[in-house]
Amino acid sequence: MNIFSTILTGSIILSLLVLSVSVLLLLYRTIKGPTNPDRAIALDSIGINLIAMAALIAIQLKTTYFNDIILLIGILAFIGTIAIAKFIEKGVIIENDRD
Amino acid sequence: MLHFLIIAPLLFSIFTPILYQNIKRIHTGWMVLLIPISIFVYLLSYLPKIVDHPFHLTFNWLPSLGINYDLYVDGLSILFGLLISGIGSLVVLYSIFYLHKTEKLGHFYTYLLIFMTAMLGIVFSDNVFVFYVFWELTSLSSFLLIGFWNYREKSRYGALKSMLITVLGGLAMFAGFVWMSILTDTSSIREMIENSELITNSPYFIAILILILTGAFTKSAQFPFHIWLPDAMEAPTPVSAYLHSATMVKAGIYLVARLSLIFAGTDEFFIIVSSIGLLTLCWGSYMAVKQTDLKGILAYSTISQLGMIMAMLGFGTGVAVFAAIFHILNHATFKGSLFMVAGIVDHETGTRDIRRLGGLYTLMPITATLAIFGVFSMAGVPLPIFNGFLSKEMFFDATVDLSEEAGTIYQSIGPFIPFIALLGSIFTFVYSMILFFKTFTGKIQLDKLERKPHDPPFGMLLSPIVLVTLIVVIALFPGPFNHYLLTPATSAVMGEVSQTHIKFWHGFYNLPLFMSLTVLVVGIILFLTREKWVRVYNRIPGSWSMNKGYDYILDGLIKGSKLVTTSYMTGSLKNYVRMIIGFMTVVGLYTFIKTDGWAFTFNGATLSIPEIAIAVTMMIAAISVLFISNRIAGILVLGVVGYGLSLLFVFYSAPDLALTQLIVETVTVSLFLLAFYHLPKLKEEKESKTNNFINLVISVSFGIFITLVGLSSHSSKWFDSISSYFVETSYTLGGGNNIVNVILVDMRGLDTMFEISVLGVAALGILALINYKKKGDVE
Repeated sequence: MNIFSTILTGSIILSLLVLSVSVLLLLYRTIKGPTNPDRAIALDSIGINLIAMAALIAIQLKTTYFNDIILLIGILAFIGTIAIAKFIEKGVIIENDRD
Repeated sequence: MLHFLIIAPLLFSIFTPILYQNIKRIHTGWMVLLIPISIFVYLLSYLPKIVDHPFHLTFNWLPSLGINYDLYVDGLSILFGLLISGIGSLVVLYSIFYLHKTEKLGHFYTYLLIFMTAMLGIVFSDNVFVFYVFWELTSLSSFLLIGFWNYREKSRYGALKSMLITVLGGLAMFAGFVWMSILTDTSSIREMIENSELITNSPYFIAILILILTGAFTKSAQFPFHIWLPDAMEAPTPVSAYLHSATMVKAGIYLVARLSLIFAGTDEFFIIVSSIGLLTLCWGSYMAVKQTDLKGILAYSTISQLGMIMAMLGFGTGVAVFAAIFHILNHATFKGSLFMVAGIVDHETGTRDIRRLGGLYTLMPITATLAIFGVFSMAGVPLPIFNGFLSKEMFFDATVDLSEEAGTIYQSIGPFIPFIALLGSIFTFVYSMILFFKTFTGKIQLDKLERKPHDPPFGMLLSPIVLVTLIVVIALFPGPFNHYLLTPATSAVMGEVSQTHIKFWHGFYNLPLFMSLTVLVVGIILFLTREKWVRVYNRIPGSWSMNKGYDYILDGLIKGSKLVTTSYMTGSLKNYVRMIIGFMTVVGLYTFIKTDGWAFTFNGATLSIPEIAIAVTMMIAAISVLFISNRIAGILVLGVVGYGLSLLFVFYSAPDLALTQLIVETVTVSLFLLAFYHLPKLKEEKESKTNNFINLVISVSFGIFITLVGLSSHSSKWFDSISSYFVETSYTLGGGNNIVNVILVDMRGLDTMFEISVLGVAALGILALINYKKKGDVE
């Protein structure tokens, strides 16, 4: 094991730790968050953090299988945030045009 | 042939409604009449053979279970068979004139024929289970017959009461039969009798005896199960005459007589059967005096006479059993005729109330004459033309002899029994006299009757005439009856051939005759002075009778079960979930402790700090959901748990699971939001402190329990996992590198298919729910 791989492993773990702390702090915002938009943004950020963590783990495990997940979390976090935002704004997610 | 004859009425009953529908001109009864008559004639042909040689017939039904349609023909069964078919013919004949064509005759004769089959089946069956089948069939058909006029409230009440009581006894008897057949390893009554010491010596003997006797006592209306019989008088009179005097109520007597080769001779049998029999005798005759309805008197009289027969079977001595058998025959004749007379009176005057009747002798001389024979035979008036006297005399004889039997139990109780018998017989005399003199003598009250009574058409009188003729013939010429019927029947009950000579005149200086005279004298005095002492009925039974007890029990059962059900069926989902989870926890933990499942090992388990961090995040999120009152905030926080889970899947290298979990979590959150938008603003419910505490205890202990199970099952690996097979063969067999997907669609495709169906069904269900709501104008 050369020095670079040691650095790589160490930085992965360090990054994961930092991200975990970040998730914990975001959780505090989700629970505490005085308004629902606060919570929505916190949840969205948790999603982004998940992308990062998944990517780190993929590097750690030396696999490409998690790439799908990274993309999916991106899409879902986006859709989820849009849905929540729409819900908070209008109270409905899917509008019925014919009404 | 006999196999067929027994079920012949049942088979014919299929055609009675068709005949009733299609042949309107002739009364359906005429066609039905052929069946019992042909059975009677056929059974008569057995008589000469049966005197010395009982025989056995078999027909395979369930041979693998040892249950076959076995028949055993001996003196006892032939006596009952002749009674059933003979009186059955007379009753059918009588019913032709009694029931008008506008009644539902198709129903009536169907029920009656089913009953006939059931009764014949009982008396000829040798197999206890076949016996039980026929036994329940009598309960059922009797239920139908009592409720024949089902538009009447009282008919339905009587039918239900008789059904409940007789079926209760039937089930008890069945339990006894099962027990006996387990002990003796056979279901044949013959073989049980041969191995009777296996039953009498077993420690369960008392239980078996009581179970079997419960069956016999409920069917034969013995104390305290006698209460259904007076209420069964709501049935049409032919039914009362047939079922509730001559046949069905003797099924219990038959059962005791049939099994007395097993039980008789034991002290328990003697004590239970004799005491219940004597009690029934006295109580029945005492209560009969109080009745004002003709059929009510006859019902209680039947109870008391059955008690007398039962008591004699309980004595178990030769003369007592003979007297019992003799009285079965006599009772069937005179009670049948009396019921028919009561039916005629009812038919002609429109009432059966003795307070409105009186002085009918001049208007209905033939009916009254018939009644004389029945009533005096029942009372046991010492004249040689009444068969009731002969058997009553033998009854006294048997009670007197009892104290001379060997055995301490006989010695100690024996001397009291004649006095009890005397008491019962005096009251029998009194109600018999009331029955006759209040109806046929005295002043006629034409203004109280619906029409001017006169003798009925000859056809209606025919059946009672035949029965009355039998009363006289049996009394005057008992010899042939003794030889062909009574002696074989007695030897079937006793297991040995014994000859008893019936004679009218025993000479002076014998106790039974003096007892009869005492009954006569005291009975007449009591009858003449009854106005003075009739008030005693306000004291005993007064307000406590068995009927009240029955109503109380039935009412209490309904109320009690309602109370029990409403105590836990609260309609609150919260409660049910609490019960389910609580019960699971208790049972699970009990099993856990009982089986000593504490095998916790943590071999090969490693934890990294990020994993811990994620787990802690999830835990904090999950717990905080409980304390969030804002719904949308709750959903969002719950979303954290879902995302955390998907991340855990990533940590444990399960990409497919993580993918699916992410999508499902997102969709769920959106669905929750969708659903919450439509939720109405409900008032916040505040749980009480105790309830909250109970919920906390239940949920925490359930969580602990599940954790323990998880740890324990992880720690105890009994076999290697089969996953290595999938890893090795995923490509070679399934042609794919993604093992999870190969398992899902290839190795275990069936599960996937049904999960797809689940999703499909759920989608269709949602569609149906939404559309249903749209169409059906929601309130």
